[in-house]
Amino acid sequence: MVTTVDQIFVILQHWFVGYLPAILQPFAGVLLNVVAIVVTFPALFAIAVLLERKGLGRMQNRIGPNRVGPYGILQPVADGLKSLTKEDIVPFRADGVVHFMAPVVLVVVVFMGFAVLPMGRNMTLVHMDSALLFYFSMGACTELAIFMAGWASRNKYSLLGAMRAVAQMISYEVPLLMSSVAVVMITGSLSLDKIVEAQNHYTWGLPHWYIFTPWGLLGFLMFAVAATAETNRSPFDLPEGESELVAGYFTEYSGFKFAEFFLGEYVGMLSISGLGATLFLGGWSAPLEILGFMPSWFWFFAKIMLSICVFIWLRGTLPRLRQDQLMNFAWKFVLPMTLLNLFVAGLWRFLGDGWVRWVVCSAILVLAYVFVGRAEMHRKHYGPRSYRYAE
Amino acid sequence: MKVAETSPGFAFEKAPEAEGWNRPPVIEPDGEGELLEVSMGPHHPSTHGVFRMDVALDGERVIRLKPVFGYLHRNHEQIAETTSYLSMMPYTDRLDYFCSLSNNWAYALAVEKLVGQAVPERAEYIRVILAELTRVQNHASAIGFLIQEMGASGTPLMYAFKEREKILDLFESLTGSRMMCNYMRFGGCRVDTSAAWLEATRKVVAGLPHFIDEYEALLSENEILMARCQGVGVLKPELAVNAGITGPMLRASGVNYDIRRVDHYGIYDRFKFRVPLGEHGDIYDRYMVRVLEMRESIKILEQALKEIPSGPVMDAKAKIRGFRPKPGEAYGRIEAPKGELGFYLISDGGNGPYRFRVRPPSLINLTVLEDMCLGHNVADVVLIFGSVDIVLGEVDR
Repeated sequence: MVTTVDQIFVILQHWFVGYLPAILQPFAGVLLNVVAIVVTFPALFAIAVLLERKGLGRMQNRIGPNRVGPYGILQPVADGLKSLTKEDIVPFRADGVVHFMAPVVLVVVVFMGFAVLPMGRNMTLVHMDSALLFYFSMGACTELAIFMAGWASRNKYSLLGAMRAVAQMISYEVPLLMSSVAVVMITGSLSLDKIVEAQNHYTWGLPHWYIFTPWGLLGFLMFAVAATAETNRSPFDLPEGESELVAGYFTEYSGFKFAEFFLGEYVGMLSISGLGATLFLGGWSAPLEILGFMPSWFWFFAKIMLSICVFIWLRGTLPRLRQDQLMNFAWKFVLPMTLLNLFVAGLWRFLGDGWVRWVVCSAILVLAYVFVGRAEMHRKHYGPRSYRYAE
Repeated sequence: MKVAETSPGFAFEKAPEAEGWNRPPVIEPDGEGELLEVSMGPHHPSTHGVFRMDVALDGERVIRLKPVFGYLHRNHEQIAETTSYLSMMPYTDRLDYFCSLSNNWAYALAVEKLVGQAVPERAEYIRVILAELTRVQNHASAIGFLIQEMGASGTPLMYAFKEREKILDLFESLTGSRMMCNYMRFGGCRVDTSAAWLEATRKVVAGLPHFIDEYEALLSENEILMARCQGVGVLKPELAVNAGITGPMLRASGVNYDIRRVDHYGIYDRFKFRVPLGEHGDIYDRYMVRVLEMRESIKILEQALKEIPSGPVMDAKAKIRGFRPKPGEAYGRIEAPKGELGFYLISDGGNGPYRFRVRPPSLINLTVLEDMCLGHNVADVVLIFGSVDIVLGEVDR
C-alpha cells in the first residue's frame, strides 16, 4: 500500500501508456511527462501567488484577497482570466518579434529545468548523467530572455532593468554553481538522482542530508543567497526595482505577456527551490526515518513550498539593496566563501570517516567566516548612531 | 561627451558668493558613450504624485537632474484673492493634504495677526493637540513611504498607516472629515471637543510609544537600511541655511531651528520638549530625526492632554459677519510637519485678501534636490526624494 501511494504517478503512467500500441509508447510517455509538468507547476504557481498575497497581507496588517471564492482562494483564477482578457500593448518602436519572444523564451527555459529534477522515487523525467549541467545551462538562458525583454521594449526603464538583471544574474550564477560543485565533489556525480540516493540513508533515524555537514551548511546558505538573487526576489529584486524603475525589464508588457513573466518568475522560484532541496536537503527523502512511510513526492513538494514561504517572509521584511552593494556582496563575500567551501569539501572527502573531519572542516569554515566577515565589517562605513538634542 | 557647465536647475541661477555655496557639483561621467536621459515622472510609482525629474544617467550614476513641476497647479493663491477670508479656510486643507490641521492653523494665525484677534485658552490647547497629532501621523507615513521606496514591499508603510488610521479616526470624530478637516477659525476652533474625544485621544497617545518602539525594532538598525541611507544624499548645513530649508530636513543637517521655539507662537512655551538634531545630514539622519520628533510630539501631547482647561473655544469678540480687516499686512508661520509653513496676507480693507501668498515647505525643501542627488545612483535618487517628504498639493498649489 505504501509503495503504491509512493509510486502512484509512475503506475498511472505505465497503466495509461500500456493501452497504446507499442510504437507510440515512447512518445506517449514523453508527452505525459510534459503534460504532468505543464499542469502541476502552474497549479503550484497559483498556490504560491495566493500564499504570497495572503501571507504578505498578514504580515502587513491587511487581510489580503478575500473576494473571489471562499477566503479568496479563487483569486488566481480571476487573475488569470483578467490577464487573458486585457489588451496587449506593444510599444510603437519596439522590436515586435523579440518583444513577443522574450516571455515565451523565459517560460520555456524555466520549465525545461524540471526535466532533470527528481520529484520522487523513480520520478525523474529524464535520467541524465550530466543533469546538473543541463539545469544550469537552462537557468543561464533566463538572462537571455530578460535581456531580450529589456532591449526590445525600447524603454529606458526596461533597458536599465535588463542591464541590472544581466549584471546581477551573471554575478550570482558563479556562487550558485560553485556551491553546487561542492555537492558534486562529494557525490562524485552530476546526476541529480545519484545525489539524492547519496543522501537517502539514515543513522539513528536521522538523515544524511548534506546540510548537516559543515561544508553543506555553508554551501546551502550561499546557495540560498545566490538563488534569491538569481530569481530576482526581494531583497535582490533590483531588476524589477518597482520604486525606481517602475517595473524594470517588463515595464512595457501587459496582458498575458506580463502574466508569462510572472509565471516565469514564480516557476523559476519553485524550480530553484527544487534544486536546492535536491542538492542539500535530501531531495525527496523523508526528514526522519520513521516518516519514510509518507510518499516521496510529498516530501519534495513540501520542501519546495517551505522555501517559498521563506521567500515570502524575506519579501515582507527586507528593503532592497543597491546595485554596488549587491555586487560587492557577491564578489567579496559570497564567492570567496564558496571557493573556500570547495576546498573544505575536498578535505572532508579525503579525511575519511570519524570526528577529525568534523573538527577540521568546522574550524576552517568558522575561522574563514570570522576573517572574511571582519574584513567586511572593517570596510563598512555605517552603524547605529546616537543623536543629540537642543534643549 | 559634454556636460553642461551650468545646471539647468530651476532656482538660484545666480548664486551668491557665500560659504558652502558652490552648487550644484559638476559630475564628470566616466567612460565613453552617450548619457541616458530618463524622464522620471510625472507618472512614476515613487514621485509622490505628479512630479518629474529629468535625469541624465551614466550607467546608473546621475550626472544631471532637473526637477520639473507644476502639473498640479490649481491657482491656489489667485483663488484666495477672489474670495473672502473665511471661505479660504477649506482651500488650505488641500495644500498639504496630509496635514490639513497644520495648514488651518498657519492660515488662522496669519489672519489673527492681521486683525489682532486673541484666541481662548482651550482653543490654543486643542490646536496644539491637533497639530502634534498631525505631526505624528505625517512623520509616520513619511517614514513608511521612504522605506517603501527602499523596496520593503509595504510592510513598514502598512504599520505606519495602521497608526495613522487611529489618528484620522480622531480627526473624523472631531471635525467630520478624515483629511480635509477645515476646523480652525479666526479666534478659536469651530466646535468644542467632548470629554469622550479627549479620553479617546489619551488612549491613542498612550499606544503611540509602543508603535514607535516596534517600528524602530524592525527598521532603525536594519543592516540594509543603514547601508542604503547612511552617507547618501548629504545636505551640508551651510547650503541648507542658504537655500531656506526648514523642518526635519534642516534639523537633520544639525541646525537648531524649530519655529515652535523661535517664534513662540501658540502656547508652545508651556510645554517641555526637546529638538532632536542630526549630525551628518544624510537620509538616515532625516529618518531618525523624524522618529525622535514623533517621540517628542508624544510628550507634548501628554502634557497638553493633562493640562487642557475648560472654557470657550471661540473668542466671544471674534467678528464673523462683515469680516473686513483694516488695510495692512501680516505673515503667520508655524512649524508644520514638513517645515516652515507661512501665509502672507495683504489687506486693502475688503472682505478678501488683496494679496495672498503661501510659503510652502515642500517646494522650498525640494530646491536642493539636485545638489543632494548628483553623483548618486538612480536608486538613491528616489530615496533622497522620499526623504525630503513632500506633498505635491503643496509644491504646485
